[in-house]
Amino acid sequence: MGAKLNSAAAGTANWADERTSIGGFVKFFARKLFPDHWSFMLGEIALYSFIVLLLSGVFLTAFFVPSMTEVHYEGPYETMHDVAMTEAFASTLKTSFEVPGGLLIRQIHHWAALLFLAAIMTHMCRVFFTGAFRKPRELNWLVGFTLMVLGLAAGFSGYSLPDDVLSGNGLRIIDGVVKSIPILGSYISFWMFGGEYPGVDIIPRLFTMHILLVPGLILALIALHLFLVFLHKHTQYPGGGKTHKNVVGLPLFPVYTAKAGGFFFVVFGIIALVASVFTINPVWNYGPYDPSPVSAGTQPDWYILFVDGALRLMPGWLFGLPLEWEIWGYTLSWNILIPAVIVPGIFFGIIALYPWLEAWATGDKGEKHVLDRPRNVPVRTGIGVALITFYVILVIEGSNDIVANLFHLSLNDITIFFQWGIFIIPPLAFWITKRICLGLQRKDRELVLHGHETGTIVRYDHGEYIEVHRPLDEQELWLRVSYDNHTPLEIAPELNDHGVARKGYRWDRFKQRLSRFYYEERVEPVTRLELEAAHHHHDAQGAHEAAEAEESSERLDDEWEQLEDGAKR
Amino acid sequence: MHAIARRRHHRAAPLLLVLMLLALITGVAAVAAPSATATTEASADDIAEGERLFAANCASCHGLDAQGTEGVAPSLVGVGAAAVDFQVGTGRMPMQASGPQALAKPPQFDQEEINQLAAWVASLGAGPAIPTPEQVDPELGDAANGMLVFRTNCAMCHGSIGGGGALTQGKFAPSLLETTPEHIYEAMLTGPQSMPVFNDANITPEHKRDVIAYLDFQSNGSPGGLSLGAIGPVSEGLWAWLVLLGLIIASTIWVGARSS
Amino acid sequence: MSAPENRTDHTDLTDPDVHDASHGDGGGDVMNGFTNPGLGEHRPRKADVDDKADRRAERQTAALFGISILGTVIALVAYFVLNDHDAGDVASIRQVNMWIGIGLFLAMIGIGLGAIHWAKSLMRDHEMIEDRHELRSSDEARAGAIQNLKDGVEDSGLGGPKRRSVLKGSLITALAVAPLAVLVPQIGNMGGDWNVSKFRHTLWGAGVKLTRDPDGAPIRAADVTIGSVFHVIPEGLNELDHHHLMQEKAKAVVLLVRLDPADLKIQEGREDWSFDGIVAYSKICTHVGCPVALYEQQTHHLLCPCHQSTFDVSDGCKVVFGPAKRPLPQLPIAVDDEGYIVAQADFDEPIGPSYWDRLKGGDVTVEEESH
Repeated sequence: MGAKLNSAAAGTANWADERTSIGGFVKFFARKLFPDHWSFMLGEIALYSFIVLLLSGVFLTAFFVPSMTEVHYEGPYETMHDVAMTEAFASTLKTSFEVPGGLLIRQIHHWAALLFLAAIMTHMCRVFFTGAFRKPRELNWLVGFTLMVLGLAAGFSGYSLPDDVLSGNGLRIIDGVVKSIPILGSYISFWMFGGEYPGVDIIPRLFTMHILLVPGLILALIALHLFLVFLHKHTQYPGGGKTHKNVVGLPLFPVYTAKAGGFFFVVFGIIALVASVFTINPVWNYGPYDPSPVSAGTQPDWYILFVDGALRLMPGWLFGLPLEWEIWGYTLSWNILIPAVIVPGIFFGIIALYPWLEAWATGDKGEKHVLDRPRNVPVRTGIGVALITFYVILVIEGSNDIVANLFHLSLNDITIFFQWGIFIIPPLAFWITKRICLGLQRKDRELVLHGHETGTIVRYDHGEYIEVHRPLDEQELWLRVSYDNHTPLEIAPELNDHGVARKGYRWDRFKQRLSRFYYEERVEPVTRLELEAAHHHHDAQGAHEAAEAEESSERLDDEWEQLEDGAKR
Repeated sequence: MHAIARRRHHRAAPLLLVLMLLALITGVAAVAAPSATATTEASADDIAEGERLFAANCASCHGLDAQGTEGVAPSLVGVGAAAVDFQVGTGRMPMQASGPQALAKPPQFDQEEINQLAAWVASLGAGPAIPTPEQVDPELGDAANGMLVFRTNCAMCHGSIGGGGALTQGKFAPSLLETTPEHIYEAMLTGPQSMPVFNDANITPEHKRDVIAYLDFQSNGSPGGLSLGAIGPVSEGLWAWLVLLGLIIASTIWVGARSS
Repeated sequence: MSAPENRTDHTDLTDPDVHDASHGDGGGDVMNGFTNPGLGEHRPRKADVDDKADRRAERQTAALFGISILGTVIALVAYFVLNDHDAGDVASIRQVNMWIGIGLFLAMIGIGLGAIHWAKSLMRDHEMIEDRHELRSSDEARAGAIQNLKDGVEDSGLGGPKRRSVLKGSLITALAVAPLAVLVPQIGNMGGDWNVSKFRHTLWGAGVKLTRDPDGAPIRAADVTIGSVFHVIPEGLNELDHHHLMQEKAKAVVLLVRLDPADLKIQEGREDWSFDGIVAYSKICTHVGCPVALYEQQTHHLLCPCHQSTFDVSDGCKVVFGPAKRPLPQLPIAVDDEGYIVAQADFDEPIGPSYWDRLKGGDVTVEEESH
């Protein structure tokens, strides 16, 4: 039986290989190594929720009718009886109530969408804080960033499809924002809606965008994203044996096939569990779209909340001055353009271009494959936390009515608090984070130089008490000393030898300023000389501890020698 | 208490009284005829008992003659039995602490006492009456029409199925999910506190009953499972992060951890 | 499945870049004077050394796969048994949703946990090392690439002595303008009639009755008691077909409120726009166009639930809080012979959010409309 099966498999493999040279691919991929760490699976969550979205989405398209033609509801749901609605809304109700399991698929689809964007952003945070965007991965950071933006587009277009009151008001807000764009605003609005808002074209147009255009682009970019991951090979956390020139891990086949493949089923299973127990987007509560009604708690899905929060935060009048200007009879709505266009533009721009910003400051041209511990780049970590804080403030402000109701606060007070807070809290978060990072680095130095406290108190003959410190083992020592000690850039003087101002000086000067911002204040890693000096210092302090340190230092030396010998061989 | 008592004898009081009476007369004249059917079948005994209860529990703010106190409590002449039944029956009155708005709490009186209070207040001037059981029977209402009326007139404050929502300066529209049909009806009719009045010309008695049927239908719960408070995408987003992503990240830690 | 003893000596590596980490040559990197100590020692797992643990892990994995099969059965049973197509009531929809979902959950998570448990406890877990190569192509490859491109340019006739600037220029121009052949007709058709001046007009006009939203019943002035708020649509709106109904309703919805005339500050030039304390304002927010609908009858404030612009109805619906800048447009009203409230004219300004030329073009003024 086994032999038969083997020969059948060999036959098939031979058949395929002679037509596709797949043997070479299998040889290349099967034993590719992947480092093992839970945070490397965050991107997988995004990928798998996207697959769940595709699977459930295909099912939904079998029942959804993307049409704004009016019908009267004839289904079983009591509060919708004979209500006038579009076919889009009616078919959504039909999928929910008359197709067994249809509601489950709808809820799986929507929960998976919320998860998709949450996972993308968490993954981006991991990449950011560990410096995985550095050379050679800048392009892949951009691909990932574009995937996030496309994810927002996919989410928003899908959210609007059922044509309910909640999403309809969301579209109306988009219409209002688009109209505020100078000169072209009204024409873009007409272009989107096929005439005057709401028209009869927007649902079919969003449908095509949602099921064809955007997912097609996402699929193509995911392919590019993964191709680049394979090309670059995965990054790895610092530790013994890991260098910028190797990758340490377990092979794709069988370990990662089982782990990553199994993880897809875990993600799908957990989404299914949540979808079976928790309602999401109950469009039957909101009812079919009508431009007149609106309900308390009118908010977009969480990933668009930051724009809504920015719109809420921006006052129409500032210290008695209007933020909507009339210039020569034309209207310029800063109160909409700033929060909905300019601020998100700058925010996303910073995120997209961050790898270059940091590269200018660092001036390091080498490939980086070992990740940073966030504490070892305090300014980057601070910037990341400040950006997250900024984003979270906008999200909370976008939910301010819910927050007010939940905690019995005044929503006006929340808004006023954040109107100041948006300028104060993110810089504060930057400063605090940077201090914490520097503190952790100092702690690392302490540990490297003096070892772990053991809690054992020893009394010397001459009466002095000391606590015994246990030196770090070689793995931990390496973890805490092996980071780049970046210093501010040195640049050539403005005037060259002939006393003439040289080209590119301003640009260099900018990079130097940036570099100072990053690396002026720093905690340098312990060097071997320092460690040895510290041991001698201990010598002078007390015989016992010195002896121990000496011993450990000798032991370390021995081991290093062995390793170096091994490396030479 | 002393401040209020002193203010009751303010020398401008007679003038205020006249002004209020004038406002009242215009107000009553404007009230549409159907809602003015304050035909209480209360006995004289009930009215007398109601007056006694009022003097003991309400008069310190509203005045012995229920004419109200400027800046403290409104006049109750002409508010009708419905307003008393709502305010006292939901525990909002007597008001315990000052705040942005009177809060619902366990009622301080039993239904008989509330009826007596209502009878006395109704005897002061014509106003909306307590609805009959038939007027508030959800079985007789049309939940689909209730949905249309509710979302046009109510959902902007109370949420799409009556889960409640925030108003300005710390005020809020309460959740209606535990409110009795009588109180819903009376609130529409009398417009307590921040809430506007929805008289019978605006939302007809039949439509009010439809609204009650719509809200009553919500006791079936959500077809999709637990409703997460039915307050919209914010709670869904929070659950997506905390529960969904939380569970999955917990599982990644297990996947990434070395087996012992 | 391989037994633990022949797993440990498994070093059949086909890729020359991949080494078994047990050879311990991963270090060789020096930083700050310290030398990379190489990979830590590999600790065997229970299943590697204890045959009992190995068999237990195998049993657990099989049990997890069994849970998955059970889950599939639950989902199918839920579909065939619980599902009652005709019931359509909330509780039975919830039941079907929950049980199919829980079945699916078990079916998926059983496979997932089983596979991962297998990988973690039974598959070989010795870390291996693979070398990286610099991504930069070799100098020869680069030189070859440049030579190939040069040859290509040469072959095309663009290199060499002839500059052929006309040829180049015409090609670039053709490529640049060719998309217009598609884009202009396409985009040209996407905006309908492009008549953006439609923003200026609503269904309101002289004598149009104010009617109740959504049923269209006309409203008498006497019906609007103090503290009342009516959600209003223009008479005749409901007769329109669905498409135009939505379009017109999106602009025409109005909020009708009666205040104590003593509380109402009449705006200059609008002395006859209200009737005995009854005022009508557009319901569409001047910020980004949400329906502004939360009316607090005690403060006379009108709150938009979307971004919390707050308007003071007693003072011309001026902005008192939030992101809107302009007051809500007021609809001038009067009372006709039968006591119904009617509009005197259309709004005298475009309703809803601001746009670039909202103050330009066809001025719709009250005077013009009433002629």
